[in-house]
Amino acid sequence: MKASAQLATEEIILNMGPQHPSTHGVYRAVLTLDGETVVGVQNVLGYLHRGLEKLAEDRTYTQFIPYTDRLDYLAAMLNNLGYVQAVEKLMDIQVPERAEYLRVIMAELSRIASHYVMVASMALDLSGWTAWFPPFRDREKILDLFEMACGSRLTLSYMRIGGVAADIPPEFVPALQRFLQELPRGLEEINGLATGNEIFQARCRGVGKIDLETALAYGLTGPNLRACGLPFDLRKVRPYGIYDRFEFEVPTLDNGDAYDRFVIRLLEIEQSAKIIAQALRDLPEGPVLAKVPRVIKPPEGEVYHQIEGAKGILGFYVVSDGSPKPYRLHIHSPSFVNLGAFPVMAAGGTVQDAVATLASIDIVLGEVDR
Amino acid sequence: MAGGGNVVATWLNTWGFPPWLNSLLTGIIYLVGVLAFIFLNVIYLIYLERKVSAYMQQRLGPNRVGPRGLLQSVADALKLLGKEDIVPRHVDKWVFLVAPIAIFIPAVLLYAVIPFGRGLIAADLNIGVLYFLAVSSTTTIAILMGGWAANNKYALLGAMRAVAQMVSYEIPLVFSILGVVMLVGSLKTTDIVAAQEDVWFIFWQPVAFLIFFIAANAEVNRGPFDLVEGEQEIIAGPYVEYTAMRYALFFLSEYANLVSVSALAVTLFLGGWQGPWLPSWLWFIIKLYIMILLFMWVRWTFPRIRIDHLLKLNWKFLLPLSLVNILVTGVGIKVYQWLSPGRW
Amino acid sequence: MRDLTELKGRFPGVEAEQGRDIPVLKVPAERLTEVMMYLQKEYGFNFLADLTGVDEPGKERLVLVYHLMAVPQGEMVRVKVELQRANPCAPSLVGIWPAAEVQEREAYDLLGITFEGHPDLRRILCPDDFEGHPLRKDFRLTGEEGSAP
Repeated sequence: MKASAQLATEEIILNMGPQHPSTHGVYRAVLTLDGETVVGVQNVLGYLHRGLEKLAEDRTYTQFIPYTDRLDYLAAMLNNLGYVQAVEKLMDIQVPERAEYLRVIMAELSRIASHYVMVASMALDLSGWTAWFPPFRDREKILDLFEMACGSRLTLSYMRIGGVAADIPPEFVPALQRFLQELPRGLEEINGLATGNEIFQARCRGVGKIDLETALAYGLTGPNLRACGLPFDLRKVRPYGIYDRFEFEVPTLDNGDAYDRFVIRLLEIEQSAKIIAQALRDLPEGPVLAKVPRVIKPPEGEVYHQIEGAKGILGFYVVSDGSPKPYRLHIHSPSFVNLGAFPVMAAGGTVQDAVATLASIDIVLGEVDR
Repeated sequence: MAGGGNVVATWLNTWGFPPWLNSLLTGIIYLVGVLAFIFLNVIYLIYLERKVSAYMQQRLGPNRVGPRGLLQSVADALKLLGKEDIVPRHVDKWVFLVAPIAIFIPAVLLYAVIPFGRGLIAADLNIGVLYFLAVSSTTTIAILMGGWAANNKYALLGAMRAVAQMVSYEIPLVFSILGVVMLVGSLKTTDIVAAQEDVWFIFWQPVAFLIFFIAANAEVNRGPFDLVEGEQEIIAGPYVEYTAMRYALFFLSEYANLVSVSALAVTLFLGGWQGPWLPSWLWFIIKLYIMILLFMWVRWTFPRIRIDHLLKLNWKFLLPLSLVNILVTGVGIKVYQWLSPGRW
Repeated sequence: MRDLTELKGRFPGVEAEQGRDIPVLKVPAERLTEVMMYLQKEYGFNFLADLTGVDEPGKERLVLVYHLMAVPQGEMVRVKVELQRANPCAPSLVGIWPAAEVQEREAYDLLGITFEGHPDLRRILCPDDFEGHPLRKDFRLTGEEGSAP
């Protein structure tokens, strides 16, 4: 007894962040450690809070589109899409066919780009330096495509209320086809460098495990939920836009650990490529922007619109008072809620597990803090 | 001196100095030579590492300073020299200041027993291998000093990892070397090289080489065993509070250790400086760089292992395997003696 | 979409209507927990999709807006709770959906709504020493004369 009293151990509190290589931005996790084991986690957020919801109240509906780029800046197209569709729903605007197809192509490209970043940074967080490059190399091709279509690479602002900003240039389609052709090879490289690697698997399997029930209770959505075994994808369950016209599968995995969350992204990239190929095949000619009034003044009312974002379900709650500016705009960001489940997932593992778990949740601080 | 004598000592003898001056000068020449070897190697190893990793990752690597970026490391070194030496207020000052020196000295000392070529060895101790292991194990203490003195939780975690990792991996490392020592019957590095004139020990002791390679990787804290630094988890571990030249010393000794452990691997398993046609020191350098490239290849391919898996791998796999290897070697030697009497 | 008028009879004070997009329930704050539990159990709205609020100073009220979703069917319902603007206070739903924890903290931070029974009600996005609630309509947007921006 006396010896144990002399060798009393103490838990230490470790501030992981706000400046830490593995927090993917300015986010702080206060870890309570017992040796290397994580006993408790506390999220500290808000370092990147820009008050987008408040800013929206002082911008016109169209002016707010560029702000949505800054939410999940790795999948700007999807944020654009969610926002403009919410406003369109409020105003009952019919979007031209060609614009719908272009939106699907861009949204799925954005999803691939975002998943690539997740795959790359998770590999990097496990110190798989080399596995970082194939996904980023391929993501660069997507950014090139975006640049062709809208002139910028990250903050795209391509979508407009009633359509898209501009039609694609003639060189876009061949470049996209080339990208789709090269995509499987890149995925194979990732599988070789990370997915199939013994150490990588040992680091991820069974780490940050969450079961389906807990995942639902904590509001997890998107790939993180589907990695728990539930095929819940809004593109299938409640298709928005023209998603009901495409054939694709909703991949699911059963374990709900970091490894499954990693692999499901790779599977989803394949499905997104499938959707893009179909959209490209059926792409009709025609205008890309509906006739919408210059000043967008939705009728009084409220609307809630959800899309399947890259990180989970992205929701926009728009309240209009009939003026050209939104009365209230709430953004339900998947990263914010997913991060809320991080303490549950990380507790009990080692510090290294916590890093792997955080990477597997795939947060973007621009979206978490808004 | 055995093996044709020490080249430097023989050369000095021709000047007709008194013996005490002779041995002093020999020592100084070797020290300067080893330091120059270390610094030049490290500077270009950093460049090499960056280039190798770049080519593995479809990048170009450093290509701005000097032709093909050859002066990049020089520029980096100058930058580190010019930086302010910050000693944070909360550190344990003396330990903090001594630690970088404490890690660098053994890194230099290790080179004393490496035969760089025919007759090119600073101190041909008859317990050369033991000396190498004993000196290299003090590195742990230096890292612990740095991590503890920094009074930083990341550094502390790193230091604890360093102790757990390096102390445990020393055991299979020693046992893997034991197989070679049993074959030679001597701890002298020159003897070990001489014994490999016909067949390199990597062919007699492939398992030992594998264990040595894995354990050495862990000993020098390189990926996938770079838990001590663990950039993605504990940022830089024990080195987190160090700046400027003090940080550079840690960096330097890390690469110096990589070179020395590769040199030991060459000496023990790859026939040392033995080889046809080319001068012996060139053979040594070629083999040395093959070993180093092997280390780099591993580092840039694998993700980092987890701390509990690391220890499990050591205690449950490497250690029993190395013991089995010793047993098999012993039995093999006995059988060989019985079959061909007179040779041993 | 399911008929939610049945709820009106079961829980007095609850109003049900068909909104532009999804059904809307208006629930008094004191009945919120039981209505939510009923919705979860009987209607399968097992997923808290969103939690936010709207400040309506003209009507002296703060409206707390919940969006519930039935997983995996995908149906939705909007639940509104009208709170007094002077002292907005609602029961916490963390017991039903742990997902509410961060979202209630956000509503507390940005709108100043207090959630009774929340385990750790602190600011989440704004700094701890921040004054005021930004999403309230009367939040001062301009700095004071002479102060740092």
